[in-house]
Amino acid sequence: METGELIVRLVLIVVIFLISLVIAMYSTYAERKIAAFFQDRVGPNRAGPAGILQPLADGAKMFLKEEIIPTNSSKFLFIVGPSLAIMTACIGSAVIPWGQQIQIGSKLYDLQVTDINVGLLYIFGVVSLGVYGIMIGGWASNNKYSLLGAIRAASQNISYEIAMGLSIIALLMVTNTLSLKEIAAQQHGWHWNILRQPFGFILFIVCAFAETNRTPFDLPECETELVGGYHTEYSSMKLGFYLFAEYINMFVSGAVMATLYWGSYNYPGMDWVAGHTGPVIAPLIGTVVLFAKIFLFIFFFMWVRWTIPRFRYDQLMDLGWKGLIPLAIANIIGTGLWITFFK
Amino acid sequence: MSIFYFIAFLSILFAVLVISAKNPVHSILYLVLTFFTFTIQYILLNAQFVAIVNFIVYMGAILVLFLYTLMLINLNKNSEPMKTNLVKIAAVLGGGCLLVVVVAALKATGASDPVLFKDPNLGLVKNLGKVLFDEFLLPFEISSLLLLSAMVGAVLLATKDTKTA
Repeated sequence: METGELIVRLVLIVVIFLISLVIAMYSTYAERKIAAFFQDRVGPNRAGPAGILQPLADGAKMFLKEEIIPTNSSKFLFIVGPSLAIMTACIGSAVIPWGQQIQIGSKLYDLQVTDINVGLLYIFGVVSLGVYGIMIGGWASNNKYSLLGAIRAASQNISYEIAMGLSIIALLMVTNTLSLKEIAAQQHGWHWNILRQPFGFILFIVCAFAETNRTPFDLPECETELVGGYHTEYSSMKLGFYLFAEYINMFVSGAVMATLYWGSYNYPGMDWVAGHTGPVIAPLIGTVVLFAKIFLFIFFFMWVRWTIPRFRYDQLMDLGWKGLIPLAIANIIGTGLWITFFK
Repeated sequence: MSIFYFIAFLSILFAVLVISAKNPVHSILYLVLTFFTFTIQYILLNAQFVAIVNFIVYMGAILVLFLYTLMLINLNKNSEPMKTNLVKIAAVLGGGCLLVVVVAALKATGASDPVLFKDPNLGLVKNLGKVLFDEFLLPFEISSLLLLSAMVGAVLLATKDTKTA
C-alpha cells in the first residue's frame, strides 16, 4: 500500500472514531431531550444554550467521580469488562462504507477503512463478541444482581443472534455477496434492499434492538428487578464506558441497517447531482445522506424506548425462539422461491 | 513465518492455562483467547471464511454458552466431583487415541500435497463454497445430518423427564 492511501486510511480511522464518540456523546443529550419531549418536560437546559454542553458536563462528572472496585471482585476482570464493551462497540464500524470513492488530487480513494470480502460476517462476529464485556463485568462484580443481569444479557444475545443471522442469510441470497462495499454499490439510486427484503428488515431491526439491549429488550439492566443490572457495582468512568458502549452500538447498528437495507449512501437522483457537482462534492453529499439515515435510526431507537414498556423475560425468550426464528426461516424459504420462480 | 511461531506459542500458552487455571470461569476465558489465536492463524492462511466462522461460532456462541452455564452452576472446589481412577485411565486412553489420529492425519496430508498449495485463494468464500457444494457435497450433507441428529438427541434428552413424570 502506498503512502498516500495509507495516510487517507489513517485519517479516515481517526475521523470515524471521533465521529462515533461525538455521536455517542450527543446521543445521550438527544435521548434526554427526546424523553423530555415525549413526557412534556423541558429536559436538560442549564449547561450552555438549550443545554448543549450537558454531555461535556456529564463526561467531566464521570471522570471526576470516585472509582470503587468492590473488595471481593476479581479486580483484573472487573476492569476488563467495560474495556471490552467499549472496544467491541468501536471496532464494528471498520467495514462500513461511508461513501462512494472520493477524488483527492487525481486519485480515487475509498471512504471505507477496509473492504474485507466477509465484511457482513465480520459485523456479525463483532456483535456476538459484544456480550463478553457485559458477562465478564457482571460476573467479576461478585454481586447477585450483576450476575443475573449478565446472564440475562448472554441468553438474550445468543437467542436473537440466531434470528439475526437467519435474516442476514435471506439478504445474502438477494445480494450474492458478503462485501459491504458491493452491497452498498448494488443499491444505486432507489434500488434499496428494503424493497426486496422488507420482511427481513423487520426481523433484523427487532434483533438489533435486542442486541443493543435497548427497550423493550433492556432486561439486563431492568432496575425494578435488578437494581442496575450488570453495571450495579460500577462507578465513575467504568460505568460511563458501559453506557457509552450502548450508544456507540446504537450508532453502528444504525449504520449497518442503513447500509444493508436502506441504500447506504445512495438516494434517488444521485446521478443528476453527481453530474452537477463533480467527483469531490457528490460523494460527500452521499455521506451526508448516509448520516441522515443513521440519525433517523437513532431517533427511532429512542422513539421506541420512550413509547413501549419492557417485556417480561419469558415473553422475550418466547418472541426470540418461537416467533422470530420460524419467521426468519420462512423468510429464507420465501426468498428462495422468489429467486427461483421470478428471476 | 515468525508471526506464525509467535501466535502458535500463544495458542499453546493459553491452552496450558486453560487446564491449569484454578477457577473454571478463568479457564473458559483462556479458552476464548486460545480460539482467538486460532482465528489469527486462519487469517494468516488466507482462510477468511473459516476464520470468521471460527470467530462467530466458537468465540461468539459456544463459549458464551459455556460461560453462561458455568456462571449459573457456580462451581468451586468443594462441589467438584472426585474423579475415579477408571475415569482417569479412560481419559488418558482417549487422549492417546486422539494424538495417534492427529499424527496420522498430519502424516497423510504431508504425503498427499494439500489442496491449499494449489490454490492460495481457496479460503475465500466464493472458492470455498464452490468446492464444498460441488466436490465435497456428500461429506458436507452427511455432516449436516450428523449435527441434526445431535440436536434432536439433545432435545429428546432434555424433555425426557417431563414425559415420564
